[in-house]
Amino acid sequence: MAKKFKTRLKAKLKDGKVNVKAIVSHPMETGRRKDKKTGEKIPAHHINEVVVTANDKTLLTADWSGSVSKNPYLSFNYAGKSGDKIKLSWKDNQGNTGEAEKTVK
Amino acid sequence: MKRRTFLKGSLAAGVTGATMGGSLLAPNMAFAEDAAAATAADPFAATSMDDALKALGITAEESDKVTVVAPDLAENAAVVPVEVKTSIEGAEEISVFISNNPTVYAAKFKLGEGIDPAVKCRFKVGKTGDIVAIIKAGDKYYTNKKAVKVTKGGCGG
Repeated sequence: MAKKFKTRLKAKLKDGKVNVKAIVSHPMETGRRKDKKTGEKIPAHHINEVVVTANDKTLLTADWSGSVSKNPYLSFNYAGKSGDKIKLSWKDNQGNTGEAEKTVK
Repeated sequence: MKRRTFLKGSLAAGVTGATMGGSLLAPNMAFAEDAAAATAADPFAATSMDDALKALGITAEESDKVTVVAPDLAENAAVVPVEVKTSIEGAEEISVFISNNPTVYAAKFKLGEGIDPAVKCRFKVGKTGDIVAIIKAGDKYYTNKKAVKVTKGGCGG
């Protein structure tokens, strides 16, 4: 059973632009860190693909490495309108996926 | 049930996104799975700035139209807020490199229709070094950087 990762998404209309913010609860292990107790390497576990769409049109595709911080945060603006359906989905290198959906207010 | 179909749908969308996302990246990723020896060709596995650029096969021109916003002194090196923005027309991709990290190539953002060429994200910065942004517009690449200082002790600079 895959672990649960919380994906939070916010989309807000401001000055004619929609601001999209997202945070995913994810460890983002680089694979270089060692477990302090056992001295064993913690396997790499990070998100490597994020796709954000608005009304099924792709807004942003991001490829990430382990250099992105733990619980990654993402924010950008786009020319949108109230009522747009924003969807964010991600995949990590261990096959986990997550998604969140929000309608622009 | 509904959730399941939804998941499948989003997965499929993700895959198409990746294929469209970069003919550059997709073969590299497949390559990396094949053999560890192929690391030199995988920009995400590159350990130095030069290697990453070589793997990507790009040369970027320095431009003041590219802005990297990051703190001069990282308070928490594991979470360094970075914003990359550009005023270059027709920017298609924003790549972020952390010059002194073991994983140099931190992220690539492929911009879709209607999006502002500016993204905010947080990165880990292992050592004092530069945060380099490379913007792809058409066939050209533009770059700029920002030095970020990392202190281990946490206080002072």
